[in-house]
Amino acid sequence: MEQPQQQPPQPEPPQQPARPWPRVFFDGYATAIRSVFFYVLVGNYVGLGALAFEFGFSFWWMAASTLLIWAAPAQVILISTLTTSALVEVALAVTLSSVRFLPMVASLIPLFNAPGVRQRDLLLPMHFTAISVWVEGMRLLPARPRGERVTFYNGLGSGLISGAIIGGAVGFYLAARLPLLLAATLLFFTPMALLMSTARNARALLDRLAFALGLVVGPLVAWLNFGLDLMWTGLIAGSIAYLVHRWREAKSMKATP
Amino acid sequence: MKLMLQDIGPWFALLLIGFLPNEIWRLAGVVLVRGLDEKSQIIIWVRAVATAMLAGVLAQLILSTSGALALIPVGVRIGAACIGFAAFLIARRSVFAGIVAGELSVMAGAYWFGV
Repeated sequence: MEQPQQQPPQPEPPQQPARPWPRVFFDGYATAIRSVFFYVLVGNYVGLGALAFEFGFSFWWMAASTLLIWAAPAQVILISTLTTSALVEVALAVTLSSVRFLPMVASLIPLFNAPGVRQRDLLLPMHFTAISVWVEGMRLLPARPRGERVTFYNGLGSGLISGAIIGGAVGFYLAARLPLLLAATLLFFTPMALLMSTARNARALLDRLAFALGLVVGPLVAWLNFGLDLMWTGLIAGSIAYLVHRWREAKSMKATP
Repeated sequence: MKLMLQDIGPWFALLLIGFLPNEIWRLAGVVLVRGLDEKSQIIIWVRAVATAMLAGVLAQLILSTSGALALIPVGVRIGAACIGFAAFLIARRSVFAGIVAGELSVMAGAYWFGV
């Protein structure tokens, strides 16, 4: 089987005696708290909490929306349009903002394949999948024993989601006092963290190319105003990157028969 | 008739147009790849699509035209992102250095342009 990445093929982690699940879960939780994403999420959700306060939602509604939706862009749309727009429009905008979860979950799920993992065991990891958890999961899961991956990922997700809930609560209370400049720089936190952490994790040519092309194609598609911007960005830039990857693979196979 | 928030209340709205539209995509991801291997070509392609979408989200966030961030001129935002990325590379791929440099630049830029 051809290795998709250019890194030396990683051997499957050795079979160890199974560790009790709370330890694995806590491992994931602790990893989340040490992750740069934890602090980014706190910062980002301080901004969101402030937004929820400004639009008149309750404290518990904000916390529940983080727990149930767990997608910052969708929450921004929901909070800022719910009070003024027709519900159908809001629903459409939220739905389109979250298309990215389909390929994310789809590329993640095969990492969980292991004997004894049932379909319903995947429901919680599926719900925890958001950009931050996905990036960290794709980076860390391959080094974990297969039997521990679901539990570890659930710990990771719980850790990051708790950072977001804390941030939202803090923002809700700070709302009245947050100066505008600080609010704006808090919102800049998210794209910065996304840029750096994805660049750090993208070691294979395929990932780098897909990311760089997405940065170019994204604004282009938005400017052309097709609608469904993110979906087209993903399909166009992702497919070009994949084709280049296939072409290079075919070439290197010819060179070293 | 247009259905508005006051017709269904914030909690039902949260479930119906917050939770549901997100969870549908996640569920579709699980259902579609049942039984596929992580090294199969489809999954490699899907991973590239997901990564490109992530870049699309990033571009949208930096270029966004709404919210408090829109108060900062778009040139400042792009410039700050570039400075941050340069710092990230110079500091041997340190995420922390990149974020700090980007944040300081955007703050300085915002201050300079009187936000």
